Amino acid sequence: MSLGLVGATIRRDLTLAARNPGEWLNPLMFFLMVAALFPLAVDPDPKFLSKIAGGVIWVAALLATLLSLDALYKADVEDGSLEQWLASGESLYAMSLGKALVHWCISGLPLTLMAPLLGLMLSLPADAYQALIFSLLVGTPVLSLLGAVGAALTAGVRSGGLLLSLLILPLYIPVLIFAASAVYHAGIGMDYKGQIGFLGALLALAACLTPFASAAALKLNLSR
Amino acid sequence: MWQWLKRLYHRLGSPKWFYEITAKWIPWLAIISVVGCVTGLVLGLLYAPADYLQGNSFRIIYIHVPAAILAQSAFMMMAIAGAVYLIWKMKMAAWVAKVIAPIGAGFCLIALFTGAIWGKPTWGTWWVWDARLTSMLLLLFLYFGVMALQQAMDSEESGFKAAAILALVGLVNIPIIKYSVEWWNTLHQPATLKLTEKPSMHPDMLIPLLIMIVTTYVFFALLVILRTRNEILWHERKRSWVKDILEP
Repeated sequence: MSLGLVGATIRRDLTLAARNPGEWLNPLMFFLMVAALFPLAVDPDPKFLSKIAGGVIWVAALLATLLSLDALYKADVEDGSLEQWLASGESLYAMSLGKALVHWCISGLPLTLMAPLLGLMLSLPADAYQALIFSLLVGTPVLSLLGAVGAALTAGVRSGGLLLSLLILPLYIPVLIFAASAVYHAGIGMDYKGQIGFLGALLALAACLTPFASAAALKLNLSR
Repeated sequence: MWQWLKRLYHRLGSPKWFYEITAKWIPWLAIISVVGCVTGLVLGLLYAPADYLQGNSFRIIYIHVPAAILAQSAFMMMAIAGAVYLIWKMKMAAWVAKVIAPIGAGFCLIALFTGAIWGKPTWGTWWVWDARLTSMLLLLFLYFGVMALQQAMDSEESGFKAAAILALVGLVNIPIIKYSVEWWNTLHQPATLKLTEKPSMHPDMLIPLLIMIVTTYVFFALLVILRTRNEILWHERKRSWVKDILEP
């Protein structure tokens, strides 16, 4: 299997993202705003905030990921790139994996880098920063991989964004549980390696299996 | 045996054969459903001894447990039917998968609702964020997702395919979701019935429960068959055999 075409697609998509900064900046701003809503709506008391900070950051990251997923395959379906892909005979598995990787680079990675800032705003306990970074680093690729399946399924649907969230949110729960618990346990001075290990297992599983589902869903969009 | 199964499978793919053979099954399935339901409920509600801890409120398990079991196994059946459709392009499988979704979601709702009714006197609250309850709620969301996706597609065929893919992804995820929420928080009592262990229940309580579980499966089969027959009539409405049935 040559990685030429996959590599070219990744390069093209990253270039596109670099030239349309809104594509990845908007979800980041959304991330920031959602996290800012919680102190306003619930309680600005630092003691209380430090208890919920990990969970709030993770929920915000999850919503921001969903927001950016909608566009993942839309343009490719509309302008015919996807058909070219299928006609080229390259493996759709590799292409789906590459697409998920691109999505992680423009959504999960910036979210991870920005998370400490949010931690500061939400008075996250000092011990929890490391856990927050690690959990986001291992957890957000799973979100991208699972989300890519939903994006492939809804690529041909008008106003598929909302539908996408309905399909994918239940599948995100395990990641959310382990990640938020890692941050929380780190915050109260407990060991969090187990949770990160679970996230790693989920990542390995998702990386192996979700491209199959994505590929099947992409073919479905073309057969219409 | 294998040959016989293969023949049965090929026949199941024929809507006409399915329609004709199930016409004979329906009365039997209906009778078993009614008789089983009456026997199970009478034995369970009137004759089974009261639980020494929970008193009479435990009797809701005769509805709750069968509904919860069905809600989970219906998802599995839906995913398997979807896989059959994706692999062998068998139209019947797509229709069966389509009709299972709302029925499974219905059982899921029944399980959640009866669980809430039981939880109020026992735990003192309608809803707690317990692992079993949460995973049941998520199962309901998965059902909703499958139904929504199926209806959102422009062509019915791609709706079936998309729903089948999602059901398969959900099937892989159900155990992960189940164990992650269990690990997260649990208050629900562990399952009373395990295939591998001797039941911890008194036979007078157990037998009605088993009757209800079997009956619910039969009832489920009846519902699926009835709805599949409707799908058959709708999709085959242009065929002469359907016209003969509808306009004699």
